[in-house]
Amino acid sequence: MADNVKPRVKAPKKAAAGEIIVLKTLISHAMESGQRKDSDGNKIPRSIINRFTCDINGKNAVDVTLEAAISTNPYFEFSAKIEEASELKFTWYDDDGSVYEDSKSVAIG
Amino acid sequence: MKIKALTAIAAIMFAGSVYADENAELVVNGDLEIVTKTAAPAHLSDVMDEVMSGWRFRSEGTQAMQMDDFDNPGMIFVDQAMDAWNTAEGSEGKSCASCHGDAEDSMAGVRAVYPKWNEAAGEVRTLAMQVNDCRENKMGAEKYGYTSDQMAAMEAMLSVQSRGLPVNVAIDGPAAATWEQGKELYYTRTGQLDLSCASCHEDNYGNMIRADHLSQGQINGFPAYRLKNAKLNTVHARFKGCVRDTRAETFKPGGAEFVALELYVASRGNGLSVEGPSVRN
Repeated sequence: MADNVKPRVKAPKKAAAGEIIVLKTLISHAMESGQRKDSDGNKIPRSIINRFTCDINGKNAVDVTLEAAISTNPYFEFSAKIEEASELKFTWYDDDGSVYEDSKSVAIG
Repeated sequence: MKIKALTAIAAIMFAGSVYADENAELVVNGDLEIVTKTAAPAHLSDVMDEVMSGWRFRSEGTQAMQMDDFDNPGMIFVDQAMDAWNTAEGSEGKSCASCHGDAEDSMAGVRAVYPKWNEAAGEVRTLAMQVNDCRENKMGAEKYGYTSDQMAAMEAMLSVQSRGLPVNVAIDGPAAATWEQGKELYYTRTGQLDLSCASCHEDNYGNMIRADHLSQGQINGFPAYRLKNAKLNTVHARFKGCVRDTRAETFKPGGAEFVALELYVASRGNGLSVEGPSVRN
């Protein structure tokens, strides 16, 4: 696992049925592009988050492919329509095979 | 009629420009009010009436990033420093928390009064010097580099514990000589461009220097997360950058000259809120 990786999600705890809510996600990650060289001239291997998904009640809402040009600590903000009490599951996939997860629940009210 | 229409167009263009809204107020997370503009401290009464945080000189988008901790990229480093605070290091097997306990209690108000005279050491010390003194002498750990990422993160974490409190560094008593030295440096022109701090930050704040909107050079928001290098930047690293930009040989970060300058510049912001970690461009 890469160093200092911590997923974070900001979601409202409650929403009205049919409301469009804003979701913000951030994961601390170095996002080493694979293009850089160290002080001895050796290539630093690529190590990035390559995929991010958000599932709402088990149904995929967002599926993002990340490429090497995306900067450190990738941040996503998107909106989702909430029809019923929902379990939100957020997943980040690392080049090294690690998978980082976070989840939030949004109640109706 | 024509003039009126033109004025209206100009007003619309201005509102949509990258310039900051002069009347915007900084409220973090919807409840923490930050003073970004206030009456200048007494020692500045001859040169300016109001002091303003660098936040007021930034574009709306950059300002907005600082209004919510989730959107403030500097907070990532605060989290990391909080982990470091609780991690034992060095030959004594101690962490910061071993002596200081919960940072939220023990460190509240600390950032606001640094740099500060240290009686035992007989010198003015910055927060970074104090952190390294603890690491070296209390923990038996290796010192952080003065402008290193770890130091910047630790300073940011300590700043958060004082966020919203007014900067209030002492400039009298035993600190007075250092303060005078810092003031001297502030007004001394350096480099091939022959610029002092005051040339830009006192005489020309609000104006553009090429593409940059000059602020008053206040340091109440440091460490600052800069969008240009995507990391936290310490005060001394910024001082070094400014002196370098005058095309001079710079002083050493952590050296006596910059410590004195930090005390003086901090005192120019007495009354503004501690803001760190701020977001700047």
